[in-house]
Amino acid sequence: MANRIAVVISQGQSRNPVKRQLEEDLVTALIFESGLDVTVIPNLYDLAKDGTGMLAMQGVKGPMVVVSWLYARAAHWVLDRNNIHGAAGPVLLTAEEEDEDDDEAAPEEPVEEKDRVIDQREIPDRKIYCLDFRASESVDDFVSEIKRIAAEAATKVVTLGELGAFPTAAQQARIVSPTNDTALTQGADGATTLENAQSPHAHPQADSDNGNGNGTGSSENKPVRVDEQAGRRWYPVIDYAQCTNCMECIDFCLFGVYGVDKVDTILVELPDNCRKGCPACSRVCPENAIIFPQHKTPAIAGAPATEGALKIDLSSLFGRPDSLATAASERDEQLELAGRDAVGMTVGIPKRQTEPAREENDELDDLIDELDEADL
Amino acid sequence: MSNELVFMMGEFEAIFPTDRQYAKNHMWGQATETADVWRFGFSAYAVRLLQDVYFLDWEIEPPAEVNQGQQFGAIESKKAESDLYAPIGGELVTFNQQLMEDPSAINVDKYVGGWLFEIRGPAEQLLAANDYLDHLESVWEITQRTIKGQLNS
Repeated sequence: MANRIAVVISQGQSRNPVKRQLEEDLVTALIFESGLDVTVIPNLYDLAKDGTGMLAMQGVKGPMVVVSWLYARAAHWVLDRNNIHGAAGPVLLTAEEEDEDDDEAAPEEPVEEKDRVIDQREIPDRKIYCLDFRASESVDDFVSEIKRIAAEAATKVVTLGELGAFPTAAQQARIVSPTNDTALTQGADGATTLENAQSPHAHPQADSDNGNGNGTGSSENKPVRVDEQAGRRWYPVIDYAQCTNCMECIDFCLFGVYGVDKVDTILVELPDNCRKGCPACSRVCPENAIIFPQHKTPAIAGAPATEGALKIDLSSLFGRPDSLATAASERDEQLELAGRDAVGMTVGIPKRQTEPAREENDELDDLIDELDEADL
Repeated sequence: MSNELVFMMGEFEAIFPTDRQYAKNHMWGQATETADVWRFGFSAYAVRLLQDVYFLDWEIEPPAEVNQGQQFGAIESKKAESDLYAPIGGELVTFNQQLMEDPSAINVDKYVGGWLFEIRGPAEQLLAANDYLDHLESVWEITQRTIKGQLNS
């Protein structure tokens, strides 16, 4: 049973012709694939929460593929903060260089289990697949990955229906006639304009499950282009799969970017209070849960945290300046630019730094020795 | 050969010859025959943490001025990776070209053939071997925590 799947192409911030070409080539290639509803939006990260682009994506209830110039993790959590929720779908086309050596891939079972914010949340039963344009220069790679995902997503939905896993009437209707049509009508009241929105499949209904009874693919995939004026923005994005709600970021940031919601969960409350170029809170976060998608350092921009990169980074031992000191000086720089006084290391410096855990020495020793035995 | 100090990293004996000095970023430094030119390589501590080195990369072309602590290269081993930072400031005179094709000398001959580069400059801040051992004593715990923290994440 063919099932339509929304494909969102997020353009890069730069007008780099090579990048634009890849974006457009992909759009063109996808036109010839059936069952896809293609929408082109300006850079995901820059879009306003209530702008046309985000509203279009918020209208998608079924599986969604998002191709952007952001790391998958960054894209996923940018969507999340804009009320576009879903489980991260597995993506096989990734940017990481394959490690030739098949390290004993098991990331030695994560020891201390921590409560992550994500554990408290209900995630809708749909998948969002985030692809990174940097993963390949070949359009074909993206097309075949998107087809693979579309096939996978279709299978999943059928299985779910058969299992009768509480499909409500509305869900049933959606299975028959998915609403992943990049619902544009929601955004149509905005000041922004839509070009090329004439496709019959591209913009049917926004929030209703009205069925056109035709879930099968159509060869007509004329892409919808969301033309939203999106100036460049700069703000942190929280990865709630890592975040433990420890509040170190809110203590550290002196620009009022962070806040808490009704149940005291950290959130990026005033993103545009953030100081352009400053990633200091990200360095302070003990869980590496704060992403600045446009920062040049991959680890800060949301590069896969550990998966694949199972290698230990020894830079801090081999002379890299201490990240807290870096964070504090970045913050001072911004404070001074804002006409305020520098505070150095006197405010909001995590306490964990001054009271190191000293209990587990034996285990640590074992670990080093384990490392050794692992390979010699 | 006889003059060397040992630091225990867990059960591993890291050996440090006393015929040279050490930088806090775990490189050894030894004066060469050319005045003010120091040759540097990884100490046993660094090599032990790295284990099998796969790849070494320098981001500058000698001769080039470097500041102490400036990042100018990177290394990757089977288990780890790291950026590399200048142990002293001065003029970077040369890199060990042999390592560019095959970095394994870093593992098998770290104190002689596995040298990394030479810098012309003042080297007062280098430590004598016994002072370096004191330094190791003070950072060993942090080192373990760093490794452990990353394995857990």
